[in-house]
Amino acid sequence: MTSVLFDTPGPRAKRRNLLYTLLFVVVFAAVAWWVFKALDDKNQLDWVKWKPFFTDSRAWSTYIWPGLENTLKAAAFAMVIALPLGAFFGIARLSDHLSVRLPSSVVIEFFRAIPVLLLMLFANEAYAKFTNVSTEDRPLYAVVTGLVLYNASVLAEVVRAGILALPKGQSEAAYAIGLRKGQTMRSILLPQSVTAMLPAIVSQLVVIVKDTALGGAMLTFSELLASVRPLSAAYGANTIACFTIVACIFVAINFALTTFASWLEKRLRRAKKSTGAVLPAAAVAGSQSAGAEF
Amino acid sequence: MFDFLEGYDLLGAFWVTVKLTALSAVGSLIWGTLLAGMRVGPVPVMRGFGTAYVNIVRNIPLTIIIVFTSLGLNQTMNITLGATDFSAINFRLAVLGLTAYTSAFVCEALRSGINTVPLGQAEAARAIGLSFTQTLRLVILPQAFRSVVGPLTNVLIALTKNTTVASAIGVAEAAYLMKGMIENEAQLLLISAVFAFGFIVLTLPTGLILNWVGKKLAVKR
Repeated sequence: MTSVLFDTPGPRAKRRNLLYTLLFVVVFAAVAWWVFKALDDKNQLDWVKWKPFFTDSRAWSTYIWPGLENTLKAAAFAMVIALPLGAFFGIARLSDHLSVRLPSSVVIEFFRAIPVLLLMLFANEAYAKFTNVSTEDRPLYAVVTGLVLYNASVLAEVVRAGILALPKGQSEAAYAIGLRKGQTMRSILLPQSVTAMLPAIVSQLVVIVKDTALGGAMLTFSELLASVRPLSAAYGANTIACFTIVACIFVAINFALTTFASWLEKRLRRAKKSTGAVLPAAAVAGSQSAGAEF
Repeated sequence: MFDFLEGYDLLGAFWVTVKLTALSAVGSLIWGTLLAGMRVGPVPVMRGFGTAYVNIVRNIPLTIIIVFTSLGLNQTMNITLGATDFSAINFRLAVLGLTAYTSAFVCEALRSGINTVPLGQAEAARAIGLSFTQTLRLVILPQAFRSVVGPLTNVLIALTKNTTVASAIGVAEAAYLMKGMIENEAQLLLISAVFAFGFIVLTLPTGLILNWVGKKLAVKR
């Protein structure tokens, strides 16, 4: 790909590229210097503000680990509940009966078109008004509910695309040996499509992990982002340092998940045993008609 | 039945949502195209920068970026982006955060579009002696843009929904109004339905029309 758009650089092109490199480095260094200067002016680079993360274990044990634990807990709950629900709606949308297909299509398209934050706000208020979930549990419930409603409908589309990606011969052969529709789905199509959609499911997990932060900002859910305020209050207004650390943790988790997803995708494409149908990790965003979330 | 809406500026809130979406969309289209150009270009340093930017920004929650623009940029670094009053500052910060975030996805959509242009096009362009920027500008990008209308539409719709995150720093858009309303009024279901309907009105026609346009424009191969 890289070599298609331009020729292998000759002497002149090499000189030109060197010039561009230098120009870019100079501009980048200037911006970096300006940022550094600005940070330094506000004393955000003082070692005192960064020290707690390296020398004080309480910064981690009191604020960051519990926050991270809640983030992962909400993400795990949301994934575990959304996956079967999504599979159910995805299969229902493939039904031969209009009376099953239509309602599930409406449900899927409805929840995909609405911002996940609206779903969380609604769930939070609904739990407060109609149930007796305790006040400290409510944010977790609301975040998980919002994430489940949204991600189940996205995963439903993933499941549907995964089943449709299988070669037609699979279901034809199943019908030919006398399996019913339900049997075909259960023992032929679903097992094969699960491997095909694994990459897409893993990259949806990234979306879920990122969206848990909404609960911290809007619903007093004490996850990783919400730990920034008490952290910077406890260690002397080191907002920039706190955000850097928290962002690094998120990037580490999500980058690992993304890399895992593309590794899975490559591996599944290579595997000779399967039917060769693989839903790319990006299919979550790509296959959507109305709503897409990244 | 809808008298609970009195006293609330529903249309005004959705208008802020639309403004956030439009401004961030334009900004991220420009910055995203530049990033995509860097990522496919011949200069290794720029390629590295583009890749790093996309990989980092894509993996940070948007909420963190938006909250950071307020707590970090504004309150700690005193950056106001040329605005004076509170709401204008937060609005501009939200546009900045949304642009920074969305452009990573625009870049990836464009790059996948560049990959759909057949090799022969770039080879032919190089064969008649066009430089990299000429190849990109005159041959590759015009075709790539036509084939990425669909993916870019998905990015735009996601951006529309993502503007709700701006409520985390007090921008008075739809989700912010909804939060206030459901806390103060009794009709939870009705209010939520109104806001859900608002977002469906914003996203569904955009998706249908632009996907149709995308199919029309896409280069048939």
